[in-house]
Amino acid sequence: MSYSFNKKHVVAIDDFTVDEIKAIMEKAEELVPAAQGDVINTDLEGKLLATLFFEPSTRTRLSFEAAMKRMGGSCIGFARADTSSAKKGETLADTIRVAAGYADMIVLRHPQEGAAKLASKFSDVPVINAGDGAGHHPTQTLLDLFTIRKEKDEISNNHIGIAGDLKYGRTVHSLTKALSMFETEMTFISPPSLKMPKEITNILKKQGIEFKEVEDIKDALDELDVLYMTRIQRERFPSDKDYEEVAKSYHIDKDMLESAKDDLKVMHPLPRVDEIKVDVDGTDKARYFEQAANGVPIRMALLKLLQEG
Amino acid sequence: MKGKKEKKIKITPIEHGTVIDHIKAGQGMKVLRILDLVDTDIDSIVSMAMNVKSSKGKKDIVKVEDKELKNEEFDKISLISPNATVNIIRGYEVIEKHRVEIPDLARGIVRCKNRNCITNQREPVESEFEVIDEEPVRLKCTFCERELVGEEISEHVI
Repeated sequence: MSYSFNKKHVVAIDDFTVDEIKAIMEKAEELVPAAQGDVINTDLEGKLLATLFFEPSTRTRLSFEAAMKRMGGSCIGFARADTSSAKKGETLADTIRVAAGYADMIVLRHPQEGAAKLASKFSDVPVINAGDGAGHHPTQTLLDLFTIRKEKDEISNNHIGIAGDLKYGRTVHSLTKALSMFETEMTFISPPSLKMPKEITNILKKQGIEFKEVEDIKDALDELDVLYMTRIQRERFPSDKDYEEVAKSYHIDKDMLESAKDDLKVMHPLPRVDEIKVDVDGTDKARYFEQAANGVPIRMALLKLLQEG
Repeated sequence: MKGKKEKKIKITPIEHGTVIDHIKAGQGMKVLRILDLVDTDIDSIVSMAMNVKSSKGKKDIVKVEDKELKNEEFDKISLISPNATVNIIRGYEVIEKHRVEIPDLARGIVRCKNRNCITNQREPVESEFEVIDEEPVRLKCTFCERELVGEEISEHVI
């Protein structure tokens, strides 16, 4: 593909065009052997990545660090705000300017919405948003798309069901917006109180994309090619009893999946609690651990493309 | 006739400066704030009339003596009062009359309603909103993407 990647910063998934997303996925595919340690890659040798995590995040931080190191690069940074100078009252803008003076790229996780956008204004090296409060987490979406592509050969022409907390989950909002760039069919599965917000479904309507909304996984399961599960959080409900009554309808187990297509793939951004029973793990439908592992090649691809331009 | 006379007493003409007319009733003070006219360091005499009766109902009027406001200044007030008009006065005559125009981007005028937005923290940035709709005015924070619509905008004037 003769495509030049000229993104400076990565703040939100909708900053990308379809061609850019495809370019990242193609690069990620090439880098899978290096991500798994089967070949030695030194593309980012001598380069330094600053991982600034003002909020803890195991998977995202470790996979960025793994991605950098699998290409011969190094990492500096912190994993909690209380070990950073923010505790002394330093502004994010200053922390970013200092880190930009040390490193070649910055990965930022911050509890406030818009933090990555702010960082991008103060940094002369690329900033990658690794989650800003309830805002964006674009590399999660890239790895979700990459997983669908790997499992199904393409993203288009699949019927994708997204289940769980669709109201508050930033992951599912970004994923839905990204899927809307491809020709997919979508079904949203949630309790009425946690439906996909209108601002997201309006985007789909404007683009003429058909979608269904159902309350029960069973009502959609047999049609789906991909089931993307998310966790329903206890704090969204007034009482434990309310939560338990609703949440149990959004649990899947091995027996339930008998009625699904043979090649259904189940995904989950993790961590899961009990929405996917452990008896699903051993089936060939379970793809959530592969999905997590895909975080490394997709982040390798992004780091490489950002670094090389 | 009586009405006209009364109006003359209340809204005295100015020799030079700017008269902002047809401000939505109740928004006059916010217009002063948006235009930085509440600062005692400025040399101009600033006066305001509130709840002035007009053919279209009540309105507020702001007069700024000896200062001619520029478009980029007065367009800011369109966010809270899109029907306001700006009259530039020289020698008691109106020499220019403008309708305010809604800008594409509003910087440092309103604050984001999302308390967890990075612009509401102690950071060296101005708030910034993209104008995504004009009727009613709808703003979208370029940082956290939260939207402000209609009355919410005047409630969040900085």
